[in-house]
Amino acid sequence: MNKKKLSVQSVVAIGIGTAILFLLKRWVSIPIGIPNTNLDTSYGFLGFIAVLFGPAVGFCVGFLGHSINDFTQFGTPWWTWVFTTGLVGMAMGFLKKYIQPDEGKISTRKLVFYNIYQVIINIIAWVLIAPTGDVLIYSEPANKVYLQGIVSAFTNSLSTGVIGTILLVIYASTKVQKGSLKKE
Amino acid sequence: MNNSIFGYDGNDTWIHKLTGTSKLIFFILVSIISMISYDVRFTLLVLVLSAFIFQQSKIKWQQIKLVVKLIVIFAILNLITVYIFSPGHGSYLYGTRHVIFNFGYLTMTQEQLFYELNLAIKYLVTVPISLVFLITTNPSEFSASLNQIGVPYRFSYAVSLALRYIPDVQQDFQSISLAQQARGYEISKKGKVMDRIKGTSQILVPLILSSLDKIQVISQAMELRRFGKNKSRTWYMHRKFSKNDYLTLLFAMLIILIGILFIKIDGSRFFNPFK
Amino acid sequence: MENKSIIEFRNVTFQYNSQLEPTLKNINLNIKSGEKVLIVGSSGSGKSTLGNLINGIIPRNVKGSLQGDILIDGKNIQSMSLFDLSLKVGTLLQNSNDQFVGLTVAEDIAFGMENDCVNNAEMKTKVNQWADYLDIKNLLQQAPNQLSGGQKQRTGLAGIMVDEAPILLLDEPLAALDPAAGFSSIKLVDDIHQKLHNTVLIIEHRIEEVLNQSVDKVILMNDGEIVGIFKPDNLLKENILQKYGLRNPLYLDLLKSAGVDIQKLEHIASASLVNGNGMLPKLQLANQQRIPNAIKNDQNPILKIQHLNFSYNQKTIFKNLNLSVNHGDMLALVGKNGVGKSTLSKLIAGFIKPHSGSICLNGDSLDGVTIKERADKIGYIMQDPDKMISKVMIKDEIALGLQLRGFDADYIDQKVTEVLKVCHLYEFRNWPISALSYGQKKRLTIASILVLDPQLLILDEPTAGQDYYHYTEIMQFLQDLNQKHHITMIFVTHDMYLMTEYANRAVVLGNYGILKDDYPEAILDDDEVVLAAHLKSTSISTLARRFNLSADRLTHYLISKESNNKHE
Repeated sequence: MNKKKLSVQSVVAIGIGTAILFLLKRWVSIPIGIPNTNLDTSYGFLGFIAVLFGPAVGFCVGFLGHSINDFTQFGTPWWTWVFTTGLVGMAMGFLKKYIQPDEGKISTRKLVFYNIYQVIINIIAWVLIAPTGDVLIYSEPANKVYLQGIVSAFTNSLSTGVIGTILLVIYASTKVQKGSLKKE
Repeated sequence: MNNSIFGYDGNDTWIHKLTGTSKLIFFILVSIISMISYDVRFTLLVLVLSAFIFQQSKIKWQQIKLVVKLIVIFAILNLITVYIFSPGHGSYLYGTRHVIFNFGYLTMTQEQLFYELNLAIKYLVTVPISLVFLITTNPSEFSASLNQIGVPYRFSYAVSLALRYIPDVQQDFQSISLAQQARGYEISKKGKVMDRIKGTSQILVPLILSSLDKIQVISQAMELRRFGKNKSRTWYMHRKFSKNDYLTLLFAMLIILIGILFIKIDGSRFFNPFK
Repeated sequence: MENKSIIEFRNVTFQYNSQLEPTLKNINLNIKSGEKVLIVGSSGSGKSTLGNLINGIIPRNVKGSLQGDILIDGKNIQSMSLFDLSLKVGTLLQNSNDQFVGLTVAEDIAFGMENDCVNNAEMKTKVNQWADYLDIKNLLQQAPNQLSGGQKQRTGLAGIMVDEAPILLLDEPLAALDPAAGFSSIKLVDDIHQKLHNTVLIIEHRIEEVLNQSVDKVILMNDGEIVGIFKPDNLLKENILQKYGLRNPLYLDLLKSAGVDIQKLEHIASASLVNGNGMLPKLQLANQQRIPNAIKNDQNPILKIQHLNFSYNQKTIFKNLNLSVNHGDMLALVGKNGVGKSTLSKLIAGFIKPHSGSICLNGDSLDGVTIKERADKIGYIMQDPDKMISKVMIKDEIALGLQLRGFDADYIDQKVTEVLKVCHLYEFRNWPISALSYGQKKRLTIASILVLDPQLLILDEPTAGQDYYHYTEIMQFLQDLNQKHHITMIFVTHDMYLMTEYANRAVVLGNYGILKDDYPEAILDDDEVVLAAHLKSTSISTLARRFNLSADRLTHYLISKESNNKHE
């Protein structure tokens, strides 16, 4: 691990990002037609902010935002899932160098890669890491937690995919240079 | 009064007077040991203790009604799901099988009942101390406390910034989402799933993009006041430890020791009354 | 004794990496220690860039190429870090809410000291000392969302004053304040300057308000260059502000239109001192202007609010509020911060619901009408256009409301084209929104509402933070919509010029309801209302009071003269 310090901008990005992630997790979920299953919009935002600011910010935003949500909603965080959210943020953050959202328009190829990558990450995170943690730490029955994991992998990758992609495309489009435009 | 999302009440009991740091350490240590231990004797002890601490902090039912209801519903739902998914998990864990009543797949055993009791207590055991920590600690002390227990100050300050800007972002979000609803977006259950997701994303776009601009301005403001200049920083809200703070830490250590003792006696994380 | 120079620019040229041309061109400047300097210029003139070069944000945080030398307190900025520089220059940012990074006032004041690792005892002493000096000691435990704009700004000031930096830089300190708070803010800065003899730089485009207190010199900027450095009196006599997109002080406009030769005036920079032979008779002549009759309500008002009650967090905001708005009104909604101007707008737009009482549009009750249905008739435009825009392309943004209402493509196309033309955006129709200027974005958000054919528009501070040029651009556009397209408008504003110049009536909100509902000049003539609503009478009132004339008549005189000029 390189012990590079967080830049001031990253510190603020964590603060504001956490605030947004918390609000989305708490208030903005979308029913998707399956009973008791909602699409958690915060994962779309997490994918976006992680690609913008990198793995460290991604991890912290995911971890902090999810903890604050659990604290306010359930009194105490469900640590295995909180930690996994952090990992997803970190993993998505590794795409920053490849996608380079600040350089303007993102090519379709990059967007396709973003989506394949995020599906893989979400599967590893929610089908493998989070439920295994539940089995090891909380001794919950395996079939229950793995099923929960599969459902989450599905909804979270839907969120990271659709919402994340829309945010990235619109963000990159705000970086277009003015020189190329003519009045008609 | 500094009103906060965690519901800090600014009361004046001895628990309120403890530093955030000692309460944070106590909360973390006790959470960890009760997460590890699966010995009902120990977790019950901790539950009784945390109920006592809760009583001492003079928190009113009104303050926590909502959270507690949610937790109880969540716990009950989870216990039922566990039973439905894996009615034999208790026997698997404890290695014996004492049937209470026969019901095919859903046959209930003493082991299952005991396991689910353990689980229920584990869901609930840290809730009181967690609530006490949140309600009796001035949020302004959080960051100083995190930094004091060794978390880098940059990260600690990010926590403080999150607490600072949650009300701002929330207010922005409310007005933006209302204005977008006036344009015609609907946050309802009608329409195709994909349309709903896309619609929601569009509502979020202005909120998120304007927040990104905010990040630039705030980080400039912080640098203009020398944030990040030194390897460490001091905290206005930092307080010195009193005798009670040291006692709190000692007490946390004691609980950890008892927990470890039980694990030693059991020979594993689990207490097995069936052997 | 000549003071030493504390800020020196030698042939400074600066170009942002993202721009094709330099933003600052060959600037030479010398500011002496202890001077109080006002830097003015329209948006895009380079005045903010100049400020950011002084406090070090450029080139440390913003990339670009810098030529020439900048010396602060005798040292070249190239040899100083941003942190060193911040001990020389204390900067108060334009948005004091974003500068407020602490959870409470006390923590925010201490923020800089925390970063310098000052010990707790010393921090507490200094926080108390400066909070006392800036009159915010009773607020030390308050969170930012419980403070007014003025209180946040004082906190920001305290937070930089603790550094005791020799230079104080204020970036548009008036932008987010109501008129009364703005006035006391400028006065406070003057007090600080009188007492501490530090160097004070104020970047503003609202010249009149700043000149309420004395300044040593004014630097006028335009298009990246310094047009000139003037004594305030000389600048006003030059009569060039309008040419550079800035507003003349109102009383001077009045004197000019009354035919007074301003070159011969003494103390021209102050409405309470200005004098010269021939001034009074001409003012007396102007004072004979006829004034309109009081507002009469239509038989069939477009909007009628009756017995409205609303409270929030157990705090009563409105008690039995009654208001009727006539077809074709341009109504200004004014009052101090937090009194409920936004709340009333949101009640009308249906974003929140009244506890009791009725709101009727054209005689039909709006009870139970959804936000979306209401938006077909009542459009609501937020202050910050960025908070309303959710598409990439201009056309898509305008079409959105119609698409979501299920209109067919042909109709949408035709309607969008029509609105594009009304809003002077047609030539940009295929641009991405990010390429638009602030004023254009504002028009875009209005366009995206107009497309629904609303009868009533509610605008939250339509010109906040804009210089005179953009202010005029936006307001004339709105006036056009009002007059040619017969759209009734309500705008929330803090700008007393805007109110007198463009509104035909003004409604002043006080605690629990309406303090006064009359035509704008009559409101500024009512000292009690002005005081209670945190408004600030204009400089015309100051002038009128000195000579026992009527501010009401004089203001009408000026407006009628100006509108004659526009029509010629």
